[in-house]
Amino acid sequence: MKTRLTLTVNGERQDLLVEGWKTLLEVLREDLQLTGTKHGCELGECGACAVLVDGEPVLSCLVLSAECGGRVVETVEGLTRDGRLDPLQETFADLGAAQCGYCTPGILMTARALLDRDPAPTRETIREALSGNLCRCTGYNQIFEAVEAAIGRARTRQS
Amino acid sequence: MDGRAKVTGQTRFADDVILPRMLHGRLLRSPHPHARIRRIDTTRAAAHPGVHLVLTGRDFPIPYGILPVSHDEHALCPDLVRFVGDPVAAVIARDEAVAAEAVELVEVEYEVLRTFATPADSLTHATPRIHDYGDAGNIHKLVALEFGDVDEAIAGADHVFDDVFFFEGNTHLPLEQHACVAVKDADGKLVLYSSTQTPHYVHRALAKALEMPAAQIRVIATPNGGGFGGKSDPFNHEVVAARAAWLLDRPVKFCLSREEVFYCHRGRHPVLMRFRTGVTKDGQLTGVDLQTLLDGGAYGSYGAASTFYTGALQTVTYQIPRYRFRGCRVFTNKPPCGPKRGHGTPQSRFGQEVQLDKIAERLDRDPADLRLGMVAPADSLTANYLRVGTIGLADCIRTVVDRSDWRTRHRKLPYGHGVGLACSSYLSGAGLPINWNDLPHSGVQLKLDRSGGVTAFCGATEIGQGSDDVLVAIIAEVLGVRPFDVRVVTGDTDLTPVDLGSYSSRVTLMMGNAAIQAAERAREIVAAGVARKLEVPAGRLTFADGRVFDTEDPDRGLTFQEAVCAAEAGHGTIGTTGSYTPPKSAARFKGGGVGPSPTYSYTAAVVDVQVDPETGWITVPRVWIAHDIGRAINPVLARGQVEGSVYMGLGEALMEEQAFRRLPARLSSALVHKFPSLLEYKSLTSLDMPEVITDLIEHPDPAGPFGAKEVGQGPLLPIMPAVANAVYDAVGVRIDEVPVTPEKIVRALAAKAAGKPARVGPSAFPDIDWPDALVVPPPWDGGDGRASNTRPSSGRKADAGIEAVAGVKS
Repeated sequence: MKTRLTLTVNGERQDLLVEGWKTLLEVLREDLQLTGTKHGCELGECGACAVLVDGEPVLSCLVLSAECGGRVVETVEGLTRDGRLDPLQETFADLGAAQCGYCTPGILMTARALLDRDPAPTRETIREALSGNLCRCTGYNQIFEAVEAAIGRARTRQS
Repeated sequence: MDGRAKVTGQTRFADDVILPRMLHGRLLRSPHPHARIRRIDTTRAAAHPGVHLVLTGRDFPIPYGILPVSHDEHALCPDLVRFVGDPVAAVIARDEAVAAEAVELVEVEYEVLRTFATPADSLTHATPRIHDYGDAGNIHKLVALEFGDVDEAIAGADHVFDDVFFFEGNTHLPLEQHACVAVKDADGKLVLYSSTQTPHYVHRALAKALEMPAAQIRVIATPNGGGFGGKSDPFNHEVVAARAAWLLDRPVKFCLSREEVFYCHRGRHPVLMRFRTGVTKDGQLTGVDLQTLLDGGAYGSYGAASTFYTGALQTVTYQIPRYRFRGCRVFTNKPPCGPKRGHGTPQSRFGQEVQLDKIAERLDRDPADLRLGMVAPADSLTANYLRVGTIGLADCIRTVVDRSDWRTRHRKLPYGHGVGLACSSYLSGAGLPINWNDLPHSGVQLKLDRSGGVTAFCGATEIGQGSDDVLVAIIAEVLGVRPFDVRVVTGDTDLTPVDLGSYSSRVTLMMGNAAIQAAERAREIVAAGVARKLEVPAGRLTFADGRVFDTEDPDRGLTFQEAVCAAEAGHGTIGTTGSYTPPKSAARFKGGGVGPSPTYSYTAAVVDVQVDPETGWITVPRVWIAHDIGRAINPVLARGQVEGSVYMGLGEALMEEQAFRRLPARLSSALVHKFPSLLEYKSLTSLDMPEVITDLIEHPDPAGPFGAKEVGQGPLLPIMPAVANAVYDAVGVRIDEVPVTPEKIVRALAAKAAGKPARVGPSAFPDIDWPDALVVPPPWDGGDGRASNTRPSSGRKADAGIEAVAGVKS
């Protein structure tokens, strides 16, 4: 049985009919075809599916879509504004923070939430904030460096 | 160059491929580790609403496999299941949820067979056989090679070290679950999109298993969300998806669950090993006698090659004048093992490097100096006929010694704090292909057009290592254009020339050399056109900064776009190709095909550990690592490969285990994976990762493109032994096993306190009925690379075994 779901995704209002059991991850990837958000376990263990709901990072595989009615969801597709990459996207691309790129969307969204909350986090704070996002390629250090470099390139984010 | 796609979510991984009318598949996997399928009834599943097709082993009579000597897999098991997770049926349905419901409606009746849980089981009991091939009973592969008289060399040594080590299995754990989409295209040909590191081999496997002409099959490797060797075999779901799409004439997608990824495995073999090593009092090795026992799991996979690899690379780091290697791989009822980063070599590298630490201790030598005194010479042949080219190992050792203040730390730090050193080497591409032939290993095709754009086509597969970037960088360098003006099309068996795949650290060297050849040929054509137009000798032209100009009068020149047009006007449409075939190996004995490489990378690492003597808890604050890369084509990505290797090596050293347990008797007593989940299969998080001080040692090697060697695998290898050696330095106990866990440290400390040997590790290596060794005199004993006893007189089935593997290289 499908139910009506209205929410805002990357600044656009979406009016959908979805099965009640669907997770936010499934609605994003399957109903909205926003495949930038990834999955590595669908059990809340890897962090690959992290998106922002009302500005807070959540694991979209653990959130029922029905809980998201009326809320504001941001995914990696929404990070680029007015044709310009977010500073985090620039530094991740330039500094080797994305190898295979599969954990990258989840890490970018988690890091975005961190910088929105704390514009100049320490290395320890960055480590802590990203501790729920597994990356099998990089060894994390180039990710930390990219987040730190993005602090330097910070620009006002329009939301 | 693909950095933008990866940070904007535009990289299209296999599960991101969504096609109109697409159906979804699920596999039913065996709940028994070893059983005969008595009956399968698909009636209820087929009748379930939304189900389009149910397939079983009857639909897949043709076996396949990655190595020609072990085509032992079926897409769905026809008669026997060999591990918990072996697929027996598939349902294709409207969506994933329906497929998952319906697959549970397939009724299977099993006759449970004896489970082989350990190599000891498989060595002891020859029946029932897990496979009806192999060297004996449940022994898959036996290898015995001897290079010079090792017994004499060890008998004549001042000291003999005899150590047994164990390396537990572990898995790749790529963050992307394997996925594929198969579709019959508009022309009626089969297309498979898949997260595979080896589209060429999947192409071959599909042609065989589906009995279709290869020319009518197209395999497109989507960018892999991590591979590490785990996506190098053709997989069940790929073959099933292809057949289902063909039968239904609709796109069919499979995306495996995380649990299923643990069942696909093909990861690190658990290896028990025994090193007998003779050493002179001044610290030279006289001979090494190595035995390895590999727990292969349920299928062949790359295992025949893995077996050889456990004994192949000992000789390329240190001078070993005489060497004997005997390896045995057994089948067990567990997910199949295969190639993980370092393929077969990290296990015995661990044993060798920990034993060297013990040797240094006994000889009262610094472990760094001991190694520096025995580094293999450049431009030499080893005892087993591997050709060492440039070797930066001594530089690597000196660099990490300096950077880590090794000499003020080793054996000088307070109790509980220690440092350990270890080294390694790895192939820059396997010298022989899996399917033995004389064809190039990598091909690159270039198209230059009037826009000034350059398009490169190559079968190489981007798995996160940056191969697309390397391809772009090399072509841009040769043609003097901006990387942004080069477009690449990769990993598509229809559009791109064959590259064998992203395995054995071969891509930069092999694709890179092919790319240089193609680009140089294109440069020649363009130069001829420009020379004609400007009336300047072609040899005087320089290609740089997007221009082609007279070296003697740089203002006189054309833009690259004008240059291409000038060339096209004279020459016609511009397209070139380049290919690469590795040099012939010096080894001419059977089995000598595993180990040769155009050049070897070298690494040294020092690991700093802190160990809590109460709890055994280990923390690693920092790692110093130096890697001989020949030349770094992209230093940012190269550092990423080194540090990613350190990360993965620390996971293997400290926590990662592909381990198994028995279910309680009231369930089934089945042998199951202990923790097929990302939460319980422990890996390092951002909180655990140490600081890494990386040095790239650059001595260009003539074999590599612009002098480059591999970087993706070698730097992982020294980490595990360096951790064990550092733990010894910290608290004085030897953990001769991987992983090195707090529990083992506490156990070893307790043994030490009780006056017993301060060690945790295996106590013995089993007696294996080895065949007579193939005897190959080393170069310095007048050998020419051939065996002196091509047919061992009393060898059981050894000869047949080695013969069969002569064609098997990875």
